[in-house]
Amino acid sequence: MKDNTANPLLRLLSVSHSYGALDVIRDLSIDILPGEFVAIVGPSGCGKTTLLNLLSGFNAPTAGVVVRNAESRMVYQQDGLFPWQTVAENIALGLRTLKNEEERRQQVRELLALIRLEGFENSYPHQLSGGMRQRVELARALAGTSDILLLDEPFSALDYLTRLRMRQELSRILFERPKTVVLVTHDIEEAAQLADRVIVLSESPARISQEVAIATPRPRNPTQPEVVQAVHRILTEIGVESESRINYV
Amino acid sequence: MRKSLPIPSFVLPLAVVTVIVLMWTMVSRLGFFHESAFPSPVAVVSAFGEEIRSGRMLTDLITSLFRVSCGFGLAVLIGIPAGLWLGQKSMARLAFLPVVNFFRNLSPLAWIPFSILWFGVGDASSIFLIFLSAFFPVILATMAASASVPTIYSRVARDFGMGDFEKLTRVTLPAIMPQVITTLRVTAGVCWLVVVAAEMIAGRDGLGFAVMDSRNGLRTDILVVEMIVIGLVGVGIDRGLVQLTRIPSVRWGYER
Repeated sequence: MKDNTANPLLRLLSVSHSYGALDVIRDLSIDILPGEFVAIVGPSGCGKTTLLNLLSGFNAPTAGVVVRNAESRMVYQQDGLFPWQTVAENIALGLRTLKNEEERRQQVRELLALIRLEGFENSYPHQLSGGMRQRVELARALAGTSDILLLDEPFSALDYLTRLRMRQELSRILFERPKTVVLVTHDIEEAAQLADRVIVLSESPARISQEVAIATPRPRNPTQPEVVQAVHRILTEIGVESESRINYV
Repeated sequence: MRKSLPIPSFVLPLAVVTVIVLMWTMVSRLGFFHESAFPSPVAVVSAFGEEIRSGRMLTDLITSLFRVSCGFGLAVLIGIPAGLWLGQKSMARLAFLPVVNFFRNLSPLAWIPFSILWFGVGDASSIFLIFLSAFFPVILATMAASASVPTIYSRVARDFGMGDFEKLTRVTLPAIMPQVITTLRVTAGVCWLVVVAAEMIAGRDGLGFAVMDSRNGLRTDILVVEMIVIGLVGVGIDRGLVQLTRIPSVRWGYER
C-alpha cells in the first residue's frame, strides 16, 4: 500500500455517477498522490472516461466529493488538435497565460524539441502521422503550469508498433518533465508498462476490482518481469487468463 | 497530387473550344438558320469590337458586378452571423428553420414583381434579388456547419480557458470556414445567374438588360458577345473565390 502521508493531488471520495437511470460509477474512492502515475483499466463501457471527466471537473458527480488540488490537462484519444492551427500554434494554446511573446516562442521551441518534432512547427495536424499528432497533443498538455496530465486512451487510435514507440516516448518525456498522470486505457500491457499503480475497474457500475502496484522504476520495457507479472495478474482477475498456464520462475 | 501530363494542361481544353467554334462556323455557313438567328463567329468578333469601342460592354459589366458584390456581400455579412447564431442555439433553430427553409426554396425570381414595386427599376431592386438568392443558402450552410463542429473542439477550448466570444472567433469560425467557403463559391455562382435574370426584367442597365436590349434590336451578334462575357466572368468569379481555399488555415478542410 502507498503511504498516505502526502496530500493527494486528486481525490475521489465515495463518488457515484449516473446518467439518468444508468449507474456508471458506484461508491468509488481513489487518491492520486503527487508524482504518481496511475493507470485505470477496465472493460469498455465501464465508465473509465466518465471517471476522467470527473477528475478533470468536466462533469460533477451525482454523489460524493471530488477534491482537486491542482490544475489538470486532458489529452484526448484523437483529433483533439485544432486542424486550422499549425503545430506551434496548437502547442502555444497551452501557454495562453504566458503574456511574454518571446518567452512563449522559446517554450514552444523547447516543447517541440522534447517531442522531437523540430522543423514541424509550421505544419498543420493533417500533414502529420497519427503518432506525431498525439505527440503534439502531449506537448500542448505539458505546456504551461498544470501539474496533472489526464490521458484518455491517448494511443488507442494508433497501430501496435507506433503504440509501443509512443509508450517509450511518454516515459522519456515524463522522465524529463515529471507530472502526475492518470491514464485511462483498455490496453493492460500499456498500463502495466507505464504506471506505478494499475486500478482495475469492474463492469458497470464501476467499482475497483483490483489494484496492482508495480515497483520497478520507470521507464520500463513491456517484457520486464514485473510488468509481465502484473499483466498476468490483471488478465487473471478479469477472467481471460487461467492461473495454471504460466509458470513464473 | 495531380499526375504530370505529357502535354501542357491548356492544350486539350483549347482543342475542344476550337472544335466547337469550327462546328459553329460550319452550321452558320450551311445556312439552316437565318443570319440573325444564328450569327457567325466572324459577325460575333466584329460585334465584340463594336461593343468594346462604344464602351457599353464595360459599363454594363461594371454595373452587374457592382450589384452582385453589394447583394452577395450583404448576404454574407448578415447570413454568416445569423447562421452561427442558429447553429449555436437549438431553440432559435427550432423557431426559424422552417421559415428559412421556405424562403430557401422560393425562387428569388418570384420576388421580381415586388422588388420593382418596392425599389423601382435599377440598382436597389437587383441588389435586393441577389441578396435573397444568397442570404438563405448562406444562413443554412453556416448553421449546419456550426451545429456539426465536433464537440471535442469545444472541450479543448474549455480546457484552455477560452470564453464564449473567444471560442466563437478562434474555434467555431475557423472550424466551419472550409464549408463556408464552399458555400460562398456555389452561392456566388447562383448570384451571377440571378443578376442577369433580374436585370432583364427589373433593369435599365447591366448585362441582363443588355441581353434584353440586343434581343429587342435583333442584334443577335451582340447577344452572343454578351453571353460569352457573362459565362467567362462567372468562371472568373469562381476562380477568384477558389483562391480562398488556398489559405493555409483552411487547407485541412479539403485535404482530409
